[in-house]
Amino acid sequence: MSDISRAEVAVVACAELFRGDGEIVVSPMGFIPSLGARLARLTFEPDILLSDGEAYLMTPHAVVEGWQPFRKVLDTVVPRGKRHVVMGANQIDGEGNQNISAIGDHSRPKKQLLGVRGGPGNTANHRTSYWVPRHSRRVFVEQVDVVSGVGYARAREAGLRHHDVHRVVTNLGVLDFGGEDHAPRLLSVHPGVSVDEVVEATSFPLVTDGVTESRLPTESELLLIRTSLDPKSLRDKEVPS
Amino acid sequence: MADKRMTPDEIAAELKDGMTIGIGGWGSRRKPMALVRAILRSPVKDLTVVSYGGPDVGLLASAGKIKHLVFGFVTLDSIPYDPWFARARESGSITVTEYDEGVFGTGLSAAAQRLPFLPTRAGLGSGVTDLNPSLRTVRSPYDDAEELLAVPALRLDAAFVHLNRADARGNAQYLGPDPYFDELFALAAEKCYVSTEKIVETAELTEAGPVQSLLLSRMLVTGVAETPNGAHFTTAVPDYGRDERFQRHYAEAAKDLDAWPEFVDRFLSGDEAHYQKAAAEFGESA
Repeated sequence: MSDISRAEVAVVACAELFRGDGEIVVSPMGFIPSLGARLARLTFEPDILLSDGEAYLMTPHAVVEGWQPFRKVLDTVVPRGKRHVVMGANQIDGEGNQNISAIGDHSRPKKQLLGVRGGPGNTANHRTSYWVPRHSRRVFVEQVDVVSGVGYARAREAGLRHHDVHRVVTNLGVLDFGGEDHAPRLLSVHPGVSVDEVVEATSFPLVTDGVTESRLPTESELLLIRTSLDPKSLRDKEVPS
Repeated sequence: MADKRMTPDEIAAELKDGMTIGIGGWGSRRKPMALVRAILRSPVKDLTVVSYGGPDVGLLASAGKIKHLVFGFVTLDSIPYDPWFARARESGSITVTEYDEGVFGTGLSAAAQRLPFLPTRAGLGSGVTDLNPSLRTVRSPYDDAEELLAVPALRLDAAFVHLNRADARGNAQYLGPDPYFDELFALAAEKCYVSTEKIVETAELTEAGPVQSLLLSRMLVTGVAETPNGAHFTTAVPDYGRDERFQRHYAEAAKDLDAWPEFVDRFLSGDEAHYQKAAAEFGESA
């Protein structure tokens, strides 16, 4: 099996977010992160619990194994911290702050988005990653307009002891905040993407020492993605090759 | 034995200008839309609306009913953004208190327990504290001395929720998988009004589902209105799912100020029976 697509690399990069998570709830927002979570569950991280995004915990074969309505998520699952969420992001800055609330001045925004949703609570309580299907300077900005997900400097200032922004997966590569003083760092680029291309699409400076190429799916992972998890190739709509 | 049956219009008539009302459901799910439509028909104005927002917020904004909104999000779920909510925000016609989803629930919990506030970590370091400078923190009196957000009680004059079944005295039941925060809205409010798909005999409630599905006890409920299809076009599973085609039609009309009067005329210019008839005709025209 060959001709590995960009979307398939992104699915594997999302699956890798959950490596080592063990028996906790993973909550992927978006199609590619959902494929990644199910792939991780079926391969190297078999103990993770998958939320269907609504009231059920489901096995990859759609068997209900738990009840987790929204109130339970906010009252117990999030504060208890046994969770890893992958959120979207309209803006992310170099300190790891994320915005899904509004663009422009909050009192009269240029563009109203969803609202902060669970970003503040997620980043105060448990591991949080982000998924950006179109890596660009519009998303990777110098400073976000409204802080939904809390970044490193603010978390330190607020004394958030459980803050844990893990990684950002995009259609171009994988970033984290593991440089000196939590500086943003490019970890890997997807095959066919250059480091310069990612640097060019990012408004803040990136540490680029030791960038690798994103891991390719194994034969068995490819088989799972193509025949079982996403036989209709909907992944290519979210990340065209 | 109190019979608490009311019509949606009688319920809306209980509201006074400037009241704070909570609306149950979540996004475009199990929203008390028949009661929202009754509020649209009523003369009430300057409401503070507290909602995990869906089209309830958009529609109330479209009619200029909202002065202030307390929210963590507004979404139609299958359509990310509600155009009327976006217009209200981008034109500056409403003011807002924007909370994290959990902070919002914490505020309702404080009100439900008659506490002035409850502590949480959520919101610290985020825009929630930047944008709401009146929020205070509290320091743990124990050895950890952690500083936490003190979320003020979100007290409601009235709560509106939609549940699948109820009896005439106000015991009310959800039959779908998620109770959302409806019980908290009821507990946080002075008065709670329930709309329901069907009013049944009390004995029928435990025939339809396990006793745990009886979400609201009648002691929390002021009035109950039988409104079949009353959450339309949001979901009220298992009675019905979201009317996605109608929701798309709403969102398209809401985006276009030239198209909006036609939507209002067709669907919102009469009573609830008129709405249901027009919505059914829209469904048949597919």
